[in-house]
This record gives sequence, structure tokens and C-alpha cells, in this order.
Amino acid sequence: MSSLFSMEIPITWYLLLSAVLFSLGVVGFLIKRNLITVFMSIELMLNAVNLSFVTFAHQWHAVRGQIFVFFVMMVAAAEAAVGLAIIIAVFRARATLAVDRIDLMKL
Amino acid sequence: MNPVPDIFRILPEVILTLTGVAVMLIDASLPPAFPRRPLGWVAALGTTLALWASLWQLSLPVGTGFFSTVETSPFTVFFHVLICGIVLVALLLSLDTLPEDSHHQGEYYALVVFGAVGMCLLTGAVELLLVFIALEISSISTYILAGYRKQTGRGPEAAIKYFLLGSFATAFLLYGVALIFGATGTTQIYEIAHLAPTAQNHSLVLAGLALMLVGILFKVSAAPFHVWTPDVYEGAPAPVVALLSTAPKAAAFALLLRVVYELFPTLHSLWSPLLWIVAVLSMTVGNLAALRQQNVKRMLAYSSIAHAGYLLAAFAGLGTSGIAAASFYAAAYAAMNVGIFAVITLVSGYDEDLPMVEDYRGLIYRSPLLGSLLIFFLASLVGIPFTGGFFGKFYSFSAAVDGGAVALAIIGLLNSGLAAAYYLRVALMTAQPSAGKNAEAAVPTPQVGVAVGAALLMAVAATLILGIVPGEVLRAAEAGAHTLQAPPSPQSVHGLGIERRPNP
Repeated sequence: MSSLFSMEIPITWYLLLSAVLFSLGVVGFLIKRNLITVFMSIELMLNAVNLSFVTFAHQWHAVRGQIFVFFVMMVAAAEAAVGLAIIIAVFRARATLAVDRIDLMKL
Repeated sequence: MNPVPDIFRILPEVILTLTGVAVMLIDASLPPAFPRRPLGWVAALGTTLALWASLWQLSLPVGTGFFSTVETSPFTVFFHVLICGIVLVALLLSLDTLPEDSHHQGEYYALVVFGAVGMCLLTGAVELLLVFIALEISSISTYILAGYRKQTGRGPEAAIKYFLLGSFATAFLLYGVALIFGATGTTQIYEIAHLAPTAQNHSLVLAGLALMLVGILFKVSAAPFHVWTPDVYEGAPAPVVALLSTAPKAAAFALLLRVVYELFPTLHSLWSPLLWIVAVLSMTVGNLAALRQQNVKRMLAYSSIAHAGYLLAAFAGLGTSGIAAASFYAAAYAAMNVGIFAVITLVSGYDEDLPMVEDYRGLIYRSPLLGSLLIFFLASLVGIPFTGGFFGKFYSFSAAVDGGAVALAIIGLLNSGLAAAYYLRVALMTAQPSAGKNAEAAVPTPQVGVAVGAALLMAVAATLILGIVPGEVLRAAEAGAHTLQAPPSPQSVHGLGIERRPNP
């Protein structure tokens, strides 16, 4: 084994990647103009959080973090089922998925 | 080791879950033409049982069950009873006002009950994993309910706005939980409370708390995280708004109390100024925006933002008095808000043909009962003595003054005066004679059925009791506050025995 392969990637890098992914999700949520893309941004945020959980679980040798990830994935799946159903209802009622045109109610 | 069987710790949730499942199964096995209304009575019965079960939990010794994940204490019982009460009133209200031919009525009742499971669980959870699951159970049920009138354009629009912003907020909460887990190595609330002050990486704890606060403040619709509220309240059916403007908020406030007073009491210097700013913003933004609304439900949406601000003022209070005032305000606000939405449901109708302030002209002549009830609930929202709203504000602001936040209390009082303007506008409109004979004839007089009558009676009784003899409820809130403040010593917490030593 050469030293190159035994070298571990520092924990911080995983956390940084997670933070970057989460920020990308936030930015996507705020600037994207299609409902499906906005919804995908939320999923990206959840998965970024999952990466953090796994990293911390590894750091602490605590299996709780990994269990948490399973529950997050499960809940995200339930949320996706409901969210996509709502998106279909919106499309049926308005025939559009553009965020700017979902504007029946304004100040 | 634990003398109380674990199942007793979650008895109300178990009853509610069984009720929800039963409602769905019966709904699926009934022939399509059969009326679904009796299912509402089944749901109401189950909720009543759950309410009794929560009260019975007071006889249990304070403690936790299921490996220290759920707690029963006077604090959890207070919020369980409050949430079950709100859900019961909302169910009775829906029983009479949902049109007989509206589709999926069975699912509606089941979703209300499942939502109640999540909200109840949220107030009792002392493990962040359970907090997350409970929050999602309650949120996902209410996302669907918000879009229940899916034939209209506004129903799905309300649902999608609620769904997207709610999930966005949940992601923040979850990231906060992840960072706190990273700082302490556990997700059990008592263990975190002991470990957080000595955590090596203190900035992780601070960031985690800040992100969790963002998530929770979204759920309670406090400014500047309130943008979803008016649209959701306008688009969702009025009986659903009666539920989701009160019950999920009460649960979220219970979570907020737990997070700031039990999880991070040592970080008082961080969260206290933050909540101060959010309280002032919520009051001011809510009231100023409500002043120019013509749609009654939208006006009440902004008013609910302002009320979240009054409630947050209690968080400036010292420990027990602050928690008790906040709990009391949650109860008072729930009583009057459910009541006023019940009246609005009857006056505007399920399809909301009459949503504007102008449509309430002469209501007291058309229907003296509904007109006077509307004025009564508006008076309570203003905070006139002998109503729950008065003592709610009184305790909240005096807690703030005790905690040294005199400026906050003054801003709150000024805002209450400002708020009176738009409440009185509706009240005066109700008492004005109708413009012409023709207009009066065109507007049907709303009918008050048995179930809705019971719902109104409960709301009026609760508002009056909280306004005339608030002592008993305040004592219950104070008992809850004591249990929230004193987390059990780490020895009595039988955790999962994890190693708390990070990798080098």
C-alpha cells in the first residue's frame, strides 16, 4: 500500500462539500422559475444535509447519524409523493409550471 | 427499570393513529354513493378520546419512554390538550360545512387526524429525530389539506406555496440538527443540553441553533419568514385555515420553547436578541399589512403574523414566567382564532362567494347570532378585557417587562392599538345597515347546524374562560413551564450508550 491510498480525505472536505451543495440548493430555490426545478433544489438541500449526517456519524462513531439519514430519505420520498401530486394539481388547474404565473393571489 | 409502560407515554398519539387508519379503511370499504359524513363523527370521537387520554397522562410520573425519545410532563399534556381541542373544533366545523358531494371527504377527516398525530408527537418529542418525523407528519398532512379545493385555481396554488416554503424551512431545520449532532455527537435533547455548553466546536452549536430557529420561525409564520401565510390562508378552505392557523403553530411554539429553554438555555445571549427582533418585526409587519387588506381571510392571515409577534414577546421573559405566558397565549390565540374562522366559514360559505370586508355589511341584522359572535371574537383579537386575548397579551407583555424588555412591551402595546383599527373596521361593517333591500335579499342567511353550533360553543366558552377565570389555565401552563426548565440529570437518562469521543 502506498501512502497515497492510505491517506484519508479530511472530514472538513466532506463538510465543505455538504455546505456548498446546501447553498446551491438554497440559490436554486430562490432563482429557479420552474416548479419542478424548485422542488429538485429542495431535494438537493436534503441530500446535502444527509452528507453532513454521514460525515458526523463517521467522526463520532455514532450510528445515530446514519439512522437519521435513512429517516430523512424516507420522509423525503413521502414528501416527493405529495409534492409531485400537488404540482400535477397545479398544472391541471393553471396549465403552467412557471413560478411567476402562479399568481392568482397577490397583496 | 421503568415502571410506566412505554405505550402509555404516547397513548393519545396511538388513539389518534388508530382513528385515522379506521377512518381510511371504512372510507375505502363504503360504496361510493354512501355519505361520508359519519366518518367525521368517528374522527371527532377518536379526537375526544385522545383528549381524555392526554388528561389522564397527568397521573403518570413525569418521565420519558421509548429509549428517552418521548416525554410526558405537564408541559406536553398542556399542548396535547390544546391541540386535540383545536382539532376537535375543526372537525366539528368541517362536519357541517364541507359540501355533502365533495369528493374524498373520508381522506379529509383522516388527514386532519394524522396531522394531529404529528403535532401531538412534536410537543412530546425529546429526540431530534422524532422532532423531525413529527414535524413532517404534521406538515405533509396539512400541505394536502391546504389544497383540498383543487377544482379552483387557488386551492392548488395555496398548497404548492405552503409545500415549497414548508419543505424549504424543514431543510434548514434539518441542517441545524445535523450541525448540532456534529458538535455533540448525539441527538437526544437532554444529552445535548448537557454537552452543548462544553462542546469543543462552539461555532457549530451556534450555527446549528441559528438554522433550527430559521426553520421553526418559518413554521410559526413570524416575520421575516411569513411570506407564505396570506396566500395559503386565502386559498385554503376556511375550516382548514381554522386548523392550520392554530394547531401546527401551537406545536411549533412548543418546539421553540423546548429548543430555547431546554436545549440551549446557556445560549440565552444569542437567541434572546434574535427573538426580540423577530417579535418586533412580526407585530409591525403583520399589523401594517393587515390595515390595507380588503379580503377578510387575508387580513386575518396578517393578523396571525402579528399575534405570533405578541407571543414571541413572552420569550423575553425570564424562564418560568416567559414559558407560562407563551403557553397561555398559544391557548388564548387558538380559542379566538378557531372561533372567528368558524364564523367566517358560515358567513362566506365553503366556496367563499363573500370573502370581502364589504360583504359583512349588515351581518348582525341578517344573522344576529353570527354577527355578535364575530364582534365578540374580534374584541378578543383586539384584546378587550373579559376575553382570552386580553389576558394573553397581558401575561405576554408583563413577562417581557419582568425580563427587562420594556421597549418590546411598549412596541407591543402600540401595535395592539394599531391592530384595533382593522378589527374595528370589520366590526363596524357588521353593524352597518345594508345598502339596499335588494342586496339583503340576494345574500342567503347562513344556517347554524348542530356540529358547528357545538364548535362555536366550545370556542366561545374557551375564550370566555381564558378571559374571566384564567387562573386554572395559567397554573397548568406554569406547571408545564417548571417541567420544561428542569431536564432530568444525565444519570436518569438511559441513552443508547454511545461513545462520545470524536476521531482525532
